[in-house]
Amino acid sequence: MPAPITLAAQHLTRYHGRRCVVNDVSFVLRRGEVLGLLGHNGAGKSTTLQMLAGALAPDSGSIEVCEIDLAQRSLLAKSCLGYLPEHPPLYRDMSVDDYLRFAARLHRVAASRLADHVQLAKQRCSLLEHGHQLIGTLSKGYQQRVGIAQAIVHQPPVVILDEPTVGLDPAQIREIRDLIRALGNEGSVILSTHLLHEVEQVCDRAVILRQGKLIFDGSIDDLRQHSDIESGFLQLTADRPAQEIAQ
Amino acid sequence: MILTLARKELHSLFAAPSTWWMLALLQFILAWFWLARVDDYLQIQAQLAQMDNAPGATIAIATPLAGMLALLLLMLIPLFSMRLIAEERRSQTWLLLASAPISPSAIVLGKFCGLLALLTLIIVASGAMMLLLLLGTPADPGLIASNLLGLWLLAAGYAALGLYFSAITRQPLVAAFAAIAVSFGLWLLDLGGGALRMLSPNPHFQNLNTGLVSSADLAYFALFIALFLLLSIRHLRQEREAR
Repeated sequence: MPAPITLAAQHLTRYHGRRCVVNDVSFVLRRGEVLGLLGHNGAGKSTTLQMLAGALAPDSGSIEVCEIDLAQRSLLAKSCLGYLPEHPPLYRDMSVDDYLRFAARLHRVAASRLADHVQLAKQRCSLLEHGHQLIGTLSKGYQQRVGIAQAIVHQPPVVILDEPTVGLDPAQIREIRDLIRALGNEGSVILSTHLLHEVEQVCDRAVILRQGKLIFDGSIDDLRQHSDIESGFLQLTADRPAQEIAQ
Repeated sequence: MILTLARKELHSLFAAPSTWWMLALLQFILAWFWLARVDDYLQIQAQLAQMDNAPGATIAIATPLAGMLALLLLMLIPLFSMRLIAEERRSQTWLLLASAPISPSAIVLGKFCGLLALLTLIIVASGAMMLLLLLGTPADPGLIASNLLGLWLLAAGYAALGLYFSAITRQPLVAAFAAIAVSFGLWLLDLGGGALRMLSPNPHFQNLNTGLVSSADLAYFALFIALFLLLSIRHLRQEREAR
């Protein structure tokens, strides 16, 4: 029996002005799974994730988080989500501890468990020694970790990470990947990236977007079978404007 | 949830050095003005003593002080309120609130209450200045109370107005200019006379300034505040859907 579905997106469509950024995208995420959302810049990854996080309403289509409809019971559905946007939403004038406490309160963590949650999130993101530092004084890599800590501090069943490893050095990237793997084993994670080998290393399944359309949805092994994985990706995402114009 | 946001807002306001500068400057201007009024009052005291129904110290000193503060608040509050939402958009922290399980109304009320807490502090400080009169002369506590109430309602009104302009733009400075322009425009309506005059917060504040507490004025301020808070909430709701 397959694991229960934690996130289901049905026929998502979103326009920016007249341009269709996300076009009829459907996929599901199951518990214990890390799903990679792959695509070139401008393929609609961030817009899709913003819709999944409830920050942006889709023009049509529906989203269910842990079987709760995001449009109709948005507060309940959002409390099952943790979200790291493309730019970490950090208040530079707050200390790491204050910020994580604030994020936990926003996500309705009970006051009695606040300290434990913050402690655990700091521990998982290797921030234990930086609790009192102001976020503005941290390096880019540490700021990214605070962003991730913010997304997992309330221990949500679904974690949405928009390009979590951007701007990190190789050692940090390895740590973050281990963390994502661990998160995926407990709950479920969806992450976006334009790096193919990242998907190969941490994800169980991949979804590929091209110009807002979903062009691949399958396991990493399936992706590999498109001959060599690198050329498979290029093959799947190669722009074919000349043909399309000709048609 | 509203309390969490209000506390965070107050924290960020006090974390900005500009807030301290503005508070210090405001306090300095008020103290200067207060001393000048006291000085004037002492000089004409001899003539006042010969009059039958001479104005007391409260009317001569506390009331103009409140009027002065009302004018300063018009210019000062947009500078505080401009960041409430526009700054969150600009520094991209808005997504944290937008994706958190909180309703737009809680966001608006939380931010409004946070700013109002700071403004209450300013008004309490000016109230303490008025009460200093008690050291040398009997003062009229009722008149002082109605002045403080008027200031508080006016401050809440300007805060709601500023919050709305902060909600509809990404640029804090644009929000500040728009809020100052509109509150100044409302202030000018008072000079125009006619029925339009009643739309301005000014005549309503002036009633309280002279010690007249009427339910019509209180209702005006309640409607003014509610209007702009509701407009802000509506805007945030629509924004999620807007293209």
